[in-house]
Amino acid sequence: MSLKQRMFKERFVEVLLLLCAAVSIVTTLGIIFVLLKDSIGFFSKVSLWEFLTDTQWTPLFEDAHFGILPLLSGTFLITVIAILIALPLGMSIAIYLSEYADRKVKKIIKPFLEILSSIPTVVFGYFALVFVTPLLQSFIPGLAGFNSLSSGIVMGIMILPMVASLSEDALNAVPNSLREGSYALGSSQVQTAFKVVVPAASSGITVSLILAISRAIGETMIVAIAAGQQPRLTLNPLVPIETITAYIVQVSKGDVPQDSLGYQTIFAAGLTLFVLTFLLNSISFYFNKKFRAQYQ
Amino acid sequence: MDAVIEKNKMKIEAEHINFFYGQTQALRDINLHIHRNEVTAFIGPSGCGKTTFLRLLNRMNDFVEGARLEGKVLIDGKNIYSKKTDIYELRKTVGMVFQKPNPFPKTIFENVAYGLRVNGIKDKRFINERVETSLKHAALWDEVKDNLNKSAYALSGGQQQRLCIARTLAIEPSVILMDEPTSALDPISTSKVEQLIYQLKDDYTIVIVTHNMQQAGRISDRTAFFYMGELIEYGKTKKIFINPKMEQTQNYITGRFG
Amino acid sequence: MKAFKNSLFKYLGIFSTVIGVVFLITLLVDVFHSGMSRISWDFVTGSLSRHAHMSGILPAIVGTFLIMLLTAVIAIPIGVGAGVYLEEYGKNNRFAAFLEINIANLAGVPSIIYGILGLQLFSRWMNLGASFLAGALTLSLLILPIIIVATRSALKTVPLSIKEASYALGATKWQTIWNHILPASLGGILTGIILALSRAIGETAPLIVIGAKVFVSVPNSVYDPYTVLPLQIFNWVSRPQEAFATNASAAIVILLLITFIMNFSAIYFRNKSQGRYK
Repeated sequence: MSLKQRMFKERFVEVLLLLCAAVSIVTTLGIIFVLLKDSIGFFSKVSLWEFLTDTQWTPLFEDAHFGILPLLSGTFLITVIAILIALPLGMSIAIYLSEYADRKVKKIIKPFLEILSSIPTVVFGYFALVFVTPLLQSFIPGLAGFNSLSSGIVMGIMILPMVASLSEDALNAVPNSLREGSYALGSSQVQTAFKVVVPAASSGITVSLILAISRAIGETMIVAIAAGQQPRLTLNPLVPIETITAYIVQVSKGDVPQDSLGYQTIFAAGLTLFVLTFLLNSISFYFNKKFRAQYQ
Repeated sequence: MDAVIEKNKMKIEAEHINFFYGQTQALRDINLHIHRNEVTAFIGPSGCGKTTFLRLLNRMNDFVEGARLEGKVLIDGKNIYSKKTDIYELRKTVGMVFQKPNPFPKTIFENVAYGLRVNGIKDKRFINERVETSLKHAALWDEVKDNLNKSAYALSGGQQQRLCIARTLAIEPSVILMDEPTSALDPISTSKVEQLIYQLKDDYTIVIVTHNMQQAGRISDRTAFFYMGELIEYGKTKKIFINPKMEQTQNYITGRFG
Repeated sequence: MKAFKNSLFKYLGIFSTVIGVVFLITLLVDVFHSGMSRISWDFVTGSLSRHAHMSGILPAIVGTFLIMLLTAVIAIPIGVGAGVYLEEYGKNNRFAAFLEINIANLAGVPSIIYGILGLQLFSRWMNLGASFLAGALTLSLLILPIIIVATRSALKTVPLSIKEASYALGATKWQTIWNHILPASLGGILTGIILALSRAIGETAPLIVIGAKVFVSVPNSVYDPYTVLPLQIFNWVSRPQEAFATNASAAIVILLLITFIMNFSAIYFRNKSQGRYK
């Protein structure tokens, strides 16, 4: 093969591979375009002000209201419950793994976390509805069949592995020299952990927290199955609510005519969701850079 | 008349070489002619540019970001940095052996055959013959001829390095560049490789970078002393070691700095 | 006092782990307990029915495997190709840095948004409707970032010395990648692919949005409607009758079995591929 042929082949392969990588750009542009296009249609009929401030979300009713607040509050409520579970438990496990546990224990705990994170979310949804809710109902009398408490708890356990492993990575990245300096001054493990290691790993831990929140906000199946379909502006975890994601599922399953205003609500809701998670992911990216700059 | 004959002896001619990594200048106005069928040693303290210069000769520096060369490098009279240069042919003509033996995670046979295969050679008999010849030339054949299908990693460090040499010989270069080829080896393997280098020079032009001055003294015909990116002195090895012209050379050789 | 606080925290860590383990075990026991009784040869090979007691689940099982296959065929070449480009060709490129950020972002986009994209792009614009092909294309886009990241990690482990040895013998970049770098990273790439596919077959939300129906038979071509296990589970669990809940748990047992087998084999490949270079 002549030099020219060889160079042509090399260039050809490079362009081919570049195109593969460029699929990602097409995806992102596609998402933005698709969300914006029909959202613009939506916002030409419903003002942004109404969207952001109306306290009712009833787009498919006769007296239609298009306020996103109820959906946001549903999403928010569940996310808070999930984080209240996942953060303390996840952090405890992470600190335990990085500061206390020996290799044998790690060999048991890590696979367990992997198994937990491999379970499809629809299975968690089933569990929330069929097991957790009845269980909670037996000692919380006012608990409705669909509620944010069960969903939130189950979601918390679902994102637990993520918090635990990202935080553990962050803690492991802290150099041993810092720990040794602390031990040499007579500190115990827990003191070293909380006064030295955790602060040193704070950017990394913040990343894990933000990503967990982002994941909780975007989660669909648990809430679609167990949290309800009643958009409601409330902080009461015992009643049915609806999240942004569950709403999108509800409308997609239904028979709303395409290109109607009701249908376009999918895109407005989707756009809101995308903006939220995009902001969170971007913030986490900033913290991740900060974290890497420290330890690399 | 003498000048013409001298010119024909030159395998590699480097003229006014200035080399930059981005903003940093790594080599400063180097002029060096390497003679055919001789062993030329590059010596100097760490970071003096000897390896950088070596890697110019087979354009391995092309892989470094921001690398920029001013000047000419001619091999057999042809500029290897021209736009028309076939890089892959160049690397077949100018082979390289690295500091740490780096055989591929394949069998001994496949390691030696690799260079032939990537250059399009498919004839089984040809490959078999060439593998055997190369391993013989690298003084490794007797030790491995019954185990050609074993993994290269099963060999000792010294054997692996000789395997890397065989691999290079298989593509029939005319120049062999060696970047501290024995620094990772034990003394016995080192002396085997040195013996090999001495035998190879009849058929190849060899340039060897070495940290070990005694080694340079043992096996090289000419020596070039590099310091801080410049070529301080270059000449017949015996002269450099016994009667160097430059004070820096004298200081380095007598161990005043290293 | 210090020692007490120290032990206290240690037990807190263990306690947190135990909570998680108890949760997992309870979930598995509950599901297997209600589901196992429903699993029979008839169930596994029967077709779907509106009547809970008569319903089999074959179309969903077949659908799950078929969509895993088609998604693999689409996503693996593109994902591995993109990973190779970013890791081996794009190091000094500003465009490549931009691509990297883009992919990191896509990894964090909720799966339902991919569903909306699939709905407009594949179902409507490319006129694929609620077909099998539309579902596979959507899932491929979803798991692409996972494959890309796994490929890059695996490629990173190949030592520079091997690449240099190859180049020094006159090999081109692609020859070096094809002959050395890819074979060496195969274990890690395979692990990533299996985990990505395992994720894909568990996804429900994007497929709902595309409009997958739940009362179908085994598809004959890629343009046919289809169903998968998660969709059936979702459908059954959404109905009030007890019998459907039992069906759902049986389907979950099957889905979990497939998921666990895939994840265990991914771990097996990961362990095998470590320790390749001395």
